[in-house]
Amino acid sequence: MSTDDVLSFEEAMEKYDPVLGFEVHVELNTKTKMFSSAPNVFGDEPNTNVNEVDLGMPGVLPVVNKTAIESSIKIGLALNCKIAESCRFARKQYFYPDTPKNFQTSQYDEPIAYDGYLDVELEDGTVFRVEIERAHMEEDAGKLTHMGGATGRIQGADFSLVDYNRAGVPLVEIVTKPIEGAGSRAPELAKAYVAAVREIVKNLGVSDAKMERGNVRCDANVSLRPHGRERFGIRSETKNVNSLRAVEHAVRYEIQRHAAVLDSGEPVIQETRHWHEDTRTTTSGRAKSDADDYRYFPEPDLVPVVASREWVEELRATLPEPPAERRKRLKADWGYSDLEFRDVVNAGVLDEIEETIAAGATASVARKWWMGEIVGRAKVADVDPGQLGVDAATVVELSRMVEAGKINNKMASQVLDGVLAGEGTPEEIVQKRGLAVVSDDGPLLEAIDAALAAQPDVADKIRGGKVQAIGAIVGGVMKATRGQADAGRVRELILEKLGVTA
Amino acid sequence: MAAINRDDVAHLARLAHIEMSAEELDRMAGELAVIVDSVKSVSEAAGDDVPATSHPIPLTNVFRDDVVGHTFTAEQALSGAPDSDENRFKVPAILDEA
Amino acid sequence: MTEKNTSADTLIRLSAAQLAEKLRAGDVTAVEATQAHLDRISAVDGKVNAFLHVNAEEALAVAAEVDAIRAAGGAEAEALHYLAGVPIAVKDLIVTIGQPTTAGSKILEGWHSPYDATVVERLRAAKMPILGKTNLDEFAMGSSTEHSAYGPTRNPWDLDRIPGGSGGGSAAAVAAFEAPLALGTDTGGSIRQPGAVTGTVGVKPTYGSVSRYGAIAMASSLDQIGPVTRTVLDSALLHQVIGGHDPRDSTSLPEPLADLVAAAKTGNVEGLRIGIIKELHGEGYQAGVENRFNDALELLKEAGAEIVEVSCPNFQYALGAYYLIMPSEASSNLAKFDGVRYGLRVLPEEGPMTIERVMGATRAAGFGDEVKRRIILGTYALSAGYYDAYYGSAQKVRTLVQRDFEAAFAQADVLISPTAPTTAFPLGEKLDDPLAMYLNDVATIPANLAGVPGLSLPGGLADEDGLPVGIQLLAPAREDARLYRVGAVLESLLEAKWGGPLLAQAPDLADAATLETQEAK
Repeated sequence: MSTDDVLSFEEAMEKYDPVLGFEVHVELNTKTKMFSSAPNVFGDEPNTNVNEVDLGMPGVLPVVNKTAIESSIKIGLALNCKIAESCRFARKQYFYPDTPKNFQTSQYDEPIAYDGYLDVELEDGTVFRVEIERAHMEEDAGKLTHMGGATGRIQGADFSLVDYNRAGVPLVEIVTKPIEGAGSRAPELAKAYVAAVREIVKNLGVSDAKMERGNVRCDANVSLRPHGRERFGIRSETKNVNSLRAVEHAVRYEIQRHAAVLDSGEPVIQETRHWHEDTRTTTSGRAKSDADDYRYFPEPDLVPVVASREWVEELRATLPEPPAERRKRLKADWGYSDLEFRDVVNAGVLDEIEETIAAGATASVARKWWMGEIVGRAKVADVDPGQLGVDAATVVELSRMVEAGKINNKMASQVLDGVLAGEGTPEEIVQKRGLAVVSDDGPLLEAIDAALAAQPDVADKIRGGKVQAIGAIVGGVMKATRGQADAGRVRELILEKLGVTA
Repeated sequence: MAAINRDDVAHLARLAHIEMSAEELDRMAGELAVIVDSVKSVSEAAGDDVPATSHPIPLTNVFRDDVVGHTFTAEQALSGAPDSDENRFKVPAILDEA
Repeated sequence: MTEKNTSADTLIRLSAAQLAEKLRAGDVTAVEATQAHLDRISAVDGKVNAFLHVNAEEALAVAAEVDAIRAAGGAEAEALHYLAGVPIAVKDLIVTIGQPTTAGSKILEGWHSPYDATVVERLRAAKMPILGKTNLDEFAMGSSTEHSAYGPTRNPWDLDRIPGGSGGGSAAAVAAFEAPLALGTDTGGSIRQPGAVTGTVGVKPTYGSVSRYGAIAMASSLDQIGPVTRTVLDSALLHQVIGGHDPRDSTSLPEPLADLVAAAKTGNVEGLRIGIIKELHGEGYQAGVENRFNDALELLKEAGAEIVEVSCPNFQYALGAYYLIMPSEASSNLAKFDGVRYGLRVLPEEGPMTIERVMGATRAAGFGDEVKRRIILGTYALSAGYYDAYYGSAQKVRTLVQRDFEAAFAQADVLISPTAPTTAFPLGEKLDDPLAMYLNDVATIPANLAGVPGLSLPGGLADEDGLPVGIQLLAPAREDARLYRVGAVLESLLEAKWGGPLLAQAPDLADAATLETQEAK
């Protein structure tokens, strides 16, 4: 493998203007495959999620999965596309051992969705509109494992093994129009675009959207042109860039590589490139050639899909709120600051906080619990906060107990640990662990008198209006009651005793 | 319409993944030229205003509910395979690096 | 001959309907009927070569099951299908569990399907014993059955002549009394043309009337499975078993089948308008074919039908359009035969041993010349730069042919023509002339392009060679019942004229086979 020359990103940007394009493949999470009733399941034993259709046996015929069509229409609508009144499947013909029929059944000249856009928000809040050319349906191929070589790669392999479990899994391919004007933010935009698509299909519930499992796969097209030139340069297509970070890196690398090629006076070759995560570089796949004559023609074994306006509107009515709009709404509703809200989003507890508020907590209490208590524990346990085992009802119960003065915050934290340890409901844990705030004022007043007597100078300060000094007295009371007192009530009683209004 | 020659046939045979000897290519080129000549009237038969018919009986929206049906065991799936290993179909190397 | 043999000889000459009646009456058992046909196959198939595979054990087991149910009586016996116990042969393009399916090709030699075609499931549900799988041109590509990788089938009327194709095996099996019924597939005439040249009845149903699931595809938008029989009523009976909606075939018609058997028993054509297609007779048709065609018209006229002439000017482009659409779809449908998942794998003799070369060597060794010719032609017609001129134009011609049919059916209820331009030609005559071979299908192809149903029935023997002539009836899409109604009437008029079925005049193959056996000794 030869190493390509690259220019620094900054230099590349000085001289050239990048034009991007993306083909994002989304695997739908239907129960069955696109054209067969075999299960669409990841990770099972090889060649067990197949029937005669998936193996391309002689005599078989495809039948379209209705749910896959509906999911595709939903994706089209979420990407602000027009939905074709009538569309067809075609056969894309090429021989490859992972393709059981040696053609892929795919939409070609009649995609189900076309002419849309997606507003992508960059990290600083800038919104960039990406135009969508089309979203079309197709089927996935089987999985090849290359054997006998040192690396497990196709290069150097002695033979390959084919598992057709994935063959026929429904895919929606989302193709952008050429994206111009991103300038030096092109790599960032690339990542943000793919993240936005991923979020949309996940929000729609039509895909598991796990990039690490290949549910969302990105081919990134990059070309450069000198500043001021209208005509696009020759593009490369980097295949299967399968993490958000990799998308950003691959686009950046290709920009640098193209710039070096153009600087040397050579033409860029129109070719497929392979992304290597380890070296963060791409290598040449194969050049486009006459072998790429796919001989598309309408699939004669399938009939056209006609999406009536009624059907489309019915599906539109089921769409969840778009993620970006939802975020905007929640931030306003909850009254969080920009920073608070960004932290909540980055911590991935937007849904959990929303549920907690719906279950009866205030926005600030919900945030305090999730960001202050649960996210940290999830990090330690190395799971998503939502998967830790605390639900909205538990959080609300805990916060209600605190508000009612039954337990204090410190105790609540212990109760939470008890819940996570499976000791029972918060109520049961409070009982079992004997965690209850001392609520009889008598013993409290005694402790307060003692604390005031022990720190007369502080008592004077408070009387003099320095209410913030009260902490030292409260601390003394809490210490004396071994943390069992309700700090709020202690504070009230101290102020009362000293005749000070807060 | 272009005449079909031996190089064309060689290209088509590559696309179709059928190895052909030089002799076969020559013979096939001759036969195809005759057949292609005989069907050339087709391209002049219909005007631009005539729509294409891909299905003799027009149907639309033939769908299947998303319900899991039968599957094969790996043994059944591989029962006719020329070669297999580890419950998978075994194929020779994809790239030529000899 | 012993008494038993005479009885067996009678059994095999019964129509399926007659045999079904005898089975129901208890005059004969299903095992006896099945065994009689298996014996006949043993006796004559060495000469005819109609079967690629015979499965006596399975057929007899099904027959025995029918007999047991019938003997036990009760609800289960009542529920037996009318054709239960009537044996049938299946074209080896249709997949079957438990028997090999080769499509007449080396590339599938030894392959056993792990699933049944829908039509086979329906035969099994009706408890019809499947005798075996019949010969065909490789992947149904041909009009003579000479393109089978397993040797040609011979015409029972003259063993030196072709039985038609691609379904020559099914037609010859039925004509030679090896089976009362058979299944065929018809892409451009592969049921009707063999029917014509063997003196049997063959029906290509409306596209979508019978499920294609499990029929190895040649040209998906043209293929249809249909009945091959000796009588029109038998075809209706068999069509009724195999037809009707199948959710596994997206092109399957959604509505239930009409009562085709009742149509075959209607018994009159009075007032029916029958249209002669001007373009499908006369020039290019053998004189004897034309004569028998005219006889049929006379009979229909006498029976009260109104004969009109219609013109289908675009039929002149049908053959050309067919020879673009069919190879295009076939080139794609046959791509799956690559030596990876099933069937033959051949390693290249020299050079790098990559999967691409193995596929190339496998397909080179596994496919015969006609298949390769059509794959290359189809690859050409779909390739970049030629699609519009070839495949695209051919699809437009399809529209024109449909319009011709629509206009013709506005003037006539049923159309009529000779099925094939000639009677059976000698083996080998057209083998090296693909174009001449393709011309056999000139009268049958328009129905496939338009999806309309067609039926071929025996029209008599040509004066010049004494060989069978076929008469083709065509009806509008979804009006298959009309074919059975008119076909049954014409059949009875002709048989009255002949004094019995045409096949009664066919040579006695048992003797011919015996002769050969003696020669071999």
